[in-house]
Amino acid sequence: MIVDAQVIPIDGDDARNRRHLSAVDDMTAGDAADVSLTQPSAGAISEWLDFLRRRLTGDYTIDEFGYDSDLTNHVLLASLRPLYEQWFRIEVRGIENIPAEGGALIVANHSGTVALDSLMTQLAVHDHHPAHRHLRMLGANLVFSTPFLGELARKAGHTLACNADSDRLLSSGELVGVWPEGFKGVGKPFSERYKLQRFGRGGFVSSALKARVPVIPVAIVGAEETYPMLGNFKPLARLFNLPYFPITPTFPWLGPLGMVPLPSKWIIEFGEPIPTDHYPDGSADDALLVFNLADDVRDTIQQSIYRLLTERGSVWQ
Amino acid sequence: MSRVVVVTGVSRHLGSRMARILSRDAAIERVIGVDVVPPREDIGGAEFFRADIRNPVISKVLTSTGADTVVHMGVISTPVQAGGRSTMKEINVIGSMQLFAACQRVDTVTKLVVKSSSTVYGSGPKDPALFTEDTEPRHPPTSGWAKDSVDVEGYVRAFSRRRPDVCVSTLRFANFIGPKADTPMAEYFSLPVVPTVLGHDARLQFIYEDDGLEVIRQATMADHPGVFNVAGDDFLMLSQATRQAGKATVPVFEPLMGTVGSWVRRAGWADFTADQIRYLTYGRGLDTTRLKEKFGFTPRFNTPQAFEEFLRVRELPYSLPKERLESLERNIAHALGSTTKLEDAQQIAGG
Repeated sequence: MIVDAQVIPIDGDDARNRRHLSAVDDMTAGDAADVSLTQPSAGAISEWLDFLRRRLTGDYTIDEFGYDSDLTNHVLLASLRPLYEQWFRIEVRGIENIPAEGGALIVANHSGTVALDSLMTQLAVHDHHPAHRHLRMLGANLVFSTPFLGELARKAGHTLACNADSDRLLSSGELVGVWPEGFKGVGKPFSERYKLQRFGRGGFVSSALKARVPVIPVAIVGAEETYPMLGNFKPLARLFNLPYFPITPTFPWLGPLGMVPLPSKWIIEFGEPIPTDHYPDGSADDALLVFNLADDVRDTIQQSIYRLLTERGSVWQ
Repeated sequence: MSRVVVVTGVSRHLGSRMARILSRDAAIERVIGVDVVPPREDIGGAEFFRADIRNPVISKVLTSTGADTVVHMGVISTPVQAGGRSTMKEINVIGSMQLFAACQRVDTVTKLVVKSSSTVYGSGPKDPALFTEDTEPRHPPTSGWAKDSVDVEGYVRAFSRRRPDVCVSTLRFANFIGPKADTPMAEYFSLPVVPTVLGHDARLQFIYEDDGLEVIRQATMADHPGVFNVAGDDFLMLSQATRQAGKATVPVFEPLMGTVGSWVRRAGWADFTADQIRYLTYGRGLDTTRLKEKFGFTPRFNTPQAFEEFLRVRELPYSLPKERLESLERNIAHALGSTTKLEDAQQIAGG
């Protein structure tokens, strides 16, 4: 649908996107550190110069959500990759559970004070899935009203968590990611780590039912230890209009250095898809079914987390 | 069927062009242009009636001519055109009220086409990516043109309740851009330096003047009752548009944007209302499925094409010429022992 809507530059841009992907492949296939140390190839130079010129002259396309694939592939994902590969050494399991094409809804647990888990999941899907799918995530409106964060989130392909947008993305065959715990999940104290919070209003289930796409439960282990939240300084949170103001072992004591996440070892496991296409028409409005399904998904994720925790052993390796 | 069409707001560019287009149509017997001041541009075969839609004289115009169709294009988008915000509000709100009141009384009127604006949706962080005609606004506009448009649409709804026999088309346009339309966005991109909101980038959608007028023409000629979003396909980011225009930008911290806006407004360069600033912060998207499927119209220019055309016909100066940038790219690439992608593409095309 999004590609169809572009009129003239369609061929040029497709070819361009394919080129981006192959460039990204080359980087992930070899060791990223090696690539930066060796002399850049002529192809890489012309690739980057072309990119810079396109950015300066505004010669790129965005979709109706503001997703800027050119910027995301060249800059945004690449800037997260060192964190993903070297710092958290993320192990990905069950990537084959994500379909190669068509809509699907990824539902994951949320944790870690700063929502790094969602960004890492996006990168995991992009780098490990054979089709290099882009995860389109649904975020709270606070994300979009925050300067810089909101701008980057839109450009990286994310949009507001509302029924209209999730229906639109799913019905156009996109891979959509939701973190139904929201701020309750990211901002929970360290003592409650790996305990799933309430799953919002279950709106994500009715979206999946409406679009008849599978729900893929995802368990993320490791994000809880990145910024262990020991306390919440509420007066400052109120002052800055934030849901919480975290106090961690390093923040705010060490200043900017305290913003460096702890190097925990992560596992992201994509579970078996839960099909929704066998339910009769109008099931999206069956509130009881929606609640039960949401509960099932929540239980599945919670059980996977407990299993992964025993398998991970140490937090740091 | 002999037809008499009344067009309001013909003193300004879009209104006079619409009158000219309709007067060329053989199916229409008479086109009557109405405004407070005479049109500055040629209105073709249309007749001009000097009448203020703010007073009941307008109903005399409708009765004496036996008008069957009223095309309301008299809502002004910038105070500069009206000579101040209070006059603008009076023309927009009281004028529309009077006009609809007159239409209600005159039995010959069977069709009303209203040029409204997508500003009625407002803009903010809680908005869905695209607004359909039925989406409830999350951040309703509070001031200026946008608020006027909300009020006018309210009167349109009241009118169609009282005269259910009249075919009413409400057209919610994205920003018009084109050779001459004095719209807020055209003013904005004509500023020497463009103020933007720090840390935010808005999704913009445009409708090219010719496409927009064609929609109004079709709504006048055939029956298309209902509310329709009208916008070109695809989007431009504000940052992308300023880069394409080669404009220098000044990012302004959001809370200070209002002050900067009032300077710009006082200097008379462009209108900068609170709603305009919110639009430049969060942008807005229109779902035009209903226009394409029910109305049966797809704009010829999509948003990027409309903007390109706008830059071309306005001859807006490029501060960053493409050619110079391309030659710079070539020089750097050659110095590093590489070629540019553009050269590669030319080689493939040539050989």
